[in-house]
This record gives sequence, structure tokens and C-alpha cells, in this order.
Amino acid sequence: MIRQKPAARYSSAGLLWRGFRNRSWPRVWREPTLKKSYDLVVVGGGVHGLATAYYLAANHGITNVAVLDKAYLGSGGSGRNTAIVRSNYLTPEGVAFYDRSLELYNTMSADLNLNVMFSERGHLTLAHTDSAVRTMRWRAEVNKLQNIDSRVIGPDEIKKLAPSLDTSTNTRYPILAALYHPPGGTIRHDAVVWAYARAADAYGVDMHQKTEVIDVTCVGGDGPAGKGPGAKVTGVRTSKGDISAPVVVNCTAGWASLIAAMVGLKLPITTHPLQAAVTEPVKVFLPTVVVSGSLHVYVSQTDRGELVFGASVDPFATYDMRGTLDFTEELAGHVLELMPAVSQMRLLRQWAGLCDITPDYSPVMGFTPVEGFLCDVGWGTYGFKAGPVSGEQMAKCIADASTPELIAPFALSRFGQGLLVGEKGAAAVGH
Amino acid sequence: MLLVPCPYCGPRNSADLSYRGETATRPDPSTTTPEEWRDYLYMEHNPAGWLRENWYCSSGCRRFFTVERHTVTSEFREPPLPGSKTPQPINGSNTPQPVADLAVPQPNTDANRKDTSS
Repeated sequence: MIRQKPAARYSSAGLLWRGFRNRSWPRVWREPTLKKSYDLVVVGGGVHGLATAYYLAANHGITNVAVLDKAYLGSGGSGRNTAIVRSNYLTPEGVAFYDRSLELYNTMSADLNLNVMFSERGHLTLAHTDSAVRTMRWRAEVNKLQNIDSRVIGPDEIKKLAPSLDTSTNTRYPILAALYHPPGGTIRHDAVVWAYARAADAYGVDMHQKTEVIDVTCVGGDGPAGKGPGAKVTGVRTSKGDISAPVVVNCTAGWASLIAAMVGLKLPITTHPLQAAVTEPVKVFLPTVVVSGSLHVYVSQTDRGELVFGASVDPFATYDMRGTLDFTEELAGHVLELMPAVSQMRLLRQWAGLCDITPDYSPVMGFTPVEGFLCDVGWGTYGFKAGPVSGEQMAKCIADASTPELIAPFALSRFGQGLLVGEKGAAAVGH
Repeated sequence: MLLVPCPYCGPRNSADLSYRGETATRPDPSTTTPEEWRDYLYMEHNPAGWLRENWYCSSGCRRFFTVERHTVTSEFREPPLPGSKTPQPINGSNTPQPVADLAVPQPNTDANRKDTSS
């Protein structure tokens, strides 16, 4: 399949030309009508779904694909996360996986011809207790064996990297050490969604926004309506009409259990909201990303100067995305513990996104007991940084009809075999 | 913030309690199959609608109790009494109005949000 050119190529020459001629830019992607049948339907138009569609087209030539989203593209977790990327995980499986993702993010602006504003600014994970320092050393050693740039540094070096942190010893949670990961950083999450959508559109992938999946039709299963393990997917019913498709990919993050229930499957997933907040913009003073597991907080400063805060997930399962006062109070207390100087800054807004949490804090990827139904879910609080590599590997999985080595540890069947991949120590902030 | 109706202490902030997840019937360990046991250990229904769940009143009476909560609107109701199919309303200020079971989460607009929990 020859790649069609996008309607306009983005470049500074183009910007000048259009600026002087007073020309506007064309629409970035089409708004196609729903066809009766597709080779493959991706449910969920976030970074995982769009990346899967893009890599299917770009690497494997499968372009008769529909991406469905019940709202607009990037309206879920892809537009609600705190845009931090890193690869300093704890298990060798996790490290290999996230490092490939970081590689793809590194070249994304050039590959997809859209500036995703990747800022490789360094990532500090603070340790406030002896046991946390021990975990940092463990993570640093695992990372070094995999050729990841990651090391433990002391308070003096931390102060040099982030002068606004209070590294004195007379605080409630003194900063004893930090895991420093120079390749970590931030990226503009909306631009990543748009870049994949635009590139997939150029290959002829149809993206249907405001198209909600009501049901997934199956035949031959043990359960009611031919669903359940052993069934075969025949298509999806949407709010805009029925589609027949032999393969359906579930990339719906927080709503993953609901889509899986449509084929009669149960997933090891509970949905929890994760809240985040942003302050008014000030001059740039925080050059790195700062994370504190013990204080349940992570902070970074955007290019506009706003401080972006995130926390751990709310402790009970819910689909309700309301902000709470508990979160704001706790967050403010913990941020001031780290950076007393920001006490006069005002919060601009807070929001929540839904996270699909698995028991071992690792995702569920690949084939399921229902033929033609694949999952790329269970991404919890770390889905954004894994978007590109998940898309690439899911595309490979679909095109080759076999599970690639990189995602084999994350199969749904691991729960039946007792082969859990425990990433709680490095993936979840609240541990 | 969620006001959780503890049957012994009355409504309490969810921070005073600890969430113990969906209720599930434990299979008999002496007769169960490995598949059943793993299903019991790991798999969740995770519905967007009424969910029967357990809480532990860790900062209060330190007792476990079961309630039903709507995971989209955050309303509570008591589980049905044995032999009955009708859920019981919660007594006190937290009384929910019965709502229809929802198949999919609704957007958080003011129209379908009932602020019973804040």
C-alpha cells in the first residue's frame, strides 16, 4: 500500500508561505461515513488505539481499519495524563518494553511530521526512607544491566539539578537520595494523539468520533447470544450502525471491562480515577520531572510555566470523574513538603482520568479466549508512556497472528498460570 | 470524597474506611478447580452501574459491611435482605433515589449528576 500524502506537510517554509498569502491550513483528518464492513475495528481513539491503527497501516499494509471513539479522539486518558515519559522500571520485561517506547517518542516528531514537543529534561524519583533508597539502588542496577541511563544520586546533586527542592535534613520527609534518569521527560500528549491520527488518516484509516460501541456480536461461544470463551467475533453494533469485522481490538482503558463484557469475558481490572491539577503559569524554575513515591506526588513544569501535579489513584473503584477536596488538600501538603517556595501559587484547575488497574500493575495485551477479540488494556497509571510501543507490538501481533516476544509476558493467560509481572514497585506512585 | 453509610457509625468520609472491593463468593478450597480459584482471585466484573462491595470501617467501629454503590453516580443503597429482590434505601441524610441500571457510563454533566456524596 502506497502512502497517500497528508493534505498539507508541516514545515516552517509552509508556515511562512501560508502566513504571507493569508491561507489557512486544511482539515487534519477526514470525517468519513461508517462503512458496512472493515477488516479490523479498534475500539477507543486514544494514543493506544490510534498507534495500533497507524502501525498496522505503516508497517503491515493493513488499512481497511476503523477507529471508533464514543467522544472525540484523545478524550480519555490520552488527554488527561501528566505527559511524563521514562523507562526506569523494575522488572527486565518492563524495562525492555518502555525503553522501546522512549525510542519511538524520540523520533516521533520527524517520523510523523508533527512537533510533539518532546522535552528530555531528566526524571528524579526521590527516596525519603532507607528502604526507598534500597529500592532505588535495585532499580538502578536492573536499569544498568539493560543499558538504561539511570543512577542513584545524593542530596547535593539533587539540589544542583532542582534548586527549588528542600534538601535540608530537618523536614518531615527528608530527601535522602534520588534515582536520576536523564532520558525521562515530558511530551505534549494532545500532539501525540493528533500526530498518530493524521498519519493514520493519510494511509486511509477511518476514524469515527462520537460513535459509541453498543455491543460486540459473536458466534459459537458457550454463553448467552453465542458469547463467552471459544466464541468468534463477527462485528460490532454502534450508535451509528452495525459493522461486520472479524477482528476487534479493545483499547478503551478505564472502560475496558465494559467492552470485554460485550464478548462475555471478565478481565482482572478495576477502574479507579486518578486526579491531577495544574497551577497558574510562572517563570521556569523546575528543570526536571520530580516524583516522590512516599509522598504520592509527581511534579513537572510545562513550557508555558504551569506546574502540573499528579497523585496516586483514588482508593475505591468508580467511573465518576469528579474532583475531590481530599485530593487537593493532600496534594498541596505534599508539594509544600518538597518545595516550600511555591506556597503562594494558585491552582488553576483539577481533573480526573479513569485508570484500569490490574492486580500486578502490568498491562493485559494480545489474544483472549474469544477468537478475533484482542486487548490492549490494563494500562493503569502508566499507559501514555507506553503508547507507541503498544501500538507497534499490537499491530505486529495482529498482522503475524502470533504474540511478539516483547508483549508475551503481558498475556491475559498469565493470571491462569500464576505468572504475574509485579511492577507495583516502579509503576504505581502510591505504594 | 465519598460519604459511605456505615450501618454502625452512620455516614463517614471514605478516608475513614478502607475499600475491600467487589463481593465474591469464595469457592470451597477442597472441591474447587484451579480455574475457578483464579477467577475468584483475580477477575472482576467492574460494572458501570450498581456494584455490591465490601468496606472495612478501619477508623471507626472496625467492622466489615456490604453495601451497593452506583459507580457512575456514587449513590449508595443497602443490598437486598435474604429472600428479597428489592434493595433497601439507606436511612438518614444520604438517602438515594432509585435510578435505572446503566449499561455504559454517562458523561458527567450537571443534568445526570446527583450530588449525594459530597
